[in-house]
Amino acid sequence: MIRLTTPITEDQIRQLKVGDEVLLNGRVVLSRDMGHKYMKEQKPEWLKPILENMVIYHCGPVVKKHEDGHYSFVAAGPTTSIREEPYQADVIETYKVRGVIGKGGMGKKTSEGLQKTGAVYLHATGGAGSLLAERCKRVVDVKMLEEFGSPEAFWIIEVEDFPLVVTMDSHGGSLHEIVAQQSQERAKALMA
Amino acid sequence: MSECVIPTLTSNEVVASKSVLPAGWKPNLKDLKSLDLTLPMLELLRRSTSRLPQDVIDALVKGRDAEEEGSRAFNTLNDMVRNIILADGHVTPLCQDTGTIIVWVRHPFGLSQRAAKQQIRAAVAEATKRSWLRPNCVEALSGKNTGTNMDPFHEGHPAVHFEEWDKPEVEIAVMQKGGGCENVGAQYRLPDAAIGAGRDIKGVRKCIIDAVVKAQGQGCSPGILGVAIGGDRVSSYEKSKELILRKLGTSNPDPKMDAFEKEITADLNTLGIGPMGYGGNTTVLGVMAEEMYRHPASFYVSISYMCWSSRRGSITLKTNGEVSFD
Repeated sequence: MIRLTTPITEDQIRQLKVGDEVLLNGRVVLSRDMGHKYMKEQKPEWLKPILENMVIYHCGPVVKKHEDGHYSFVAAGPTTSIREEPYQADVIETYKVRGVIGKGGMGKKTSEGLQKTGAVYLHATGGAGSLLAERCKRVVDVKMLEEFGSPEAFWIIEVEDFPLVVTMDSHGGSLHEIVAQQSQERAKALMA
Repeated sequence: MSECVIPTLTSNEVVASKSVLPAGWKPNLKDLKSLDLTLPMLELLRRSTSRLPQDVIDALVKGRDAEEEGSRAFNTLNDMVRNIILADGHVTPLCQDTGTIIVWVRHPFGLSQRAAKQQIRAAVAEATKRSWLRPNCVEALSGKNTGTNMDPFHEGHPAVHFEEWDKPEVEIAVMQKGGGCENVGAQYRLPDAAIGAGRDIKGVRKCIIDAVVKAQGQGCSPGILGVAIGGDRVSSYEKSKELILRKLGTSNPDPKMDAFEKEITADLNTLGIGPMGYGGNTTVLGVMAEEMYRHPASFYVSISYMCWSSRRGSITLKTNGEVSFD
């Protein structure tokens, strides 16, 4: 088990390999479909200091707003990452993002982006919304809440021992590619 | 992190004590015009969003125990069990994607469907306000979230199906279908040259294998499949979804289909996709298949993929005032 705390250096990232189990600590920024389209098309400057050497989490949480105005996460597991495939590599490069958390893995373009910039794809257990919300300790801030709505907003949070598996590393390795290839071969045999 | 977690849920008494239904609440089915389904629907949602059906938990545990202890597949299934315990204990959503809310109401003659729909919508809005549901209803093109889970046109969300039946009782069934698993559903038109599938059961089998391989871990495997064979494009997909309401481990009343379900389930679990696509022996928890009738020229195979967090449930209101949950 490897403990990592954001911000993360490129050197730390380059040491990670597919299959490594990671417990992540520190600040994480949530973003999904609308955020990624916005980041690729408009490249907003204000996000640069927020995202540099940080980790993006593909997640649209269930959020509770307390009476005193502060927020907390009620359920916060990963959403399917492949929808961000058209944007992810550009976002990683523009903002020097060191890690992307999601589920289901991503494609070739993202893998190339991970290798070029020095970043990893970290897989969280899909559907484990309750378990993962417990590890989201504090909501620090939220951006674009009005414009995007709660599931799509940039939630800036602090996590503690957030359990992850490196499934795509910065050297071109991808567990998703291996499993896909093996299952396709098995499917061919079953369908013969 | 690798010790076997025992899925102990809170007792039925504790669940009942947290009910939004007033203690001793009894529906009066003799007066269907004044029957208000808002609170029963709200209570049903409270349970379905936080408490996984026992048959699904049993299937996940069985899958975990068949994986090598300490493997990624084992640990992942173990985390799923941990999550089930937490959500139940806290009465919080099992998954942040609380899904599209699909409701089936079966009722005797005399119930106003228009009123029932309003009450169901009110319950969904209230459940959203209480953070039991995430606002999951956005305008198609702009992506603008209504914030309430209400589709202003009363057409798309929540999706409510009505059926009048001969029984005197009212039954409401609900399914919370996540977007990730909905996206990996598939409809095939046979013959399908691309996968070499003809118009027979072998062809149907190929469609199912193809869909599961394409889905990989993206529908949050291990999945549960509803497979409708026949129908038109709409009725076929609709049936495939309804099939997921069936309990895992129950037999298909059609012996031929039952044998097919068991065989294809075993085959799919040799694909090696495993929980969340990490690799492993637990790719699906079950397959529910049903044959329909079709137009001679059309042969559809519709596959609905439900994630491992198969949130479903039903409430039955009986003539003697009894209320039961399943």
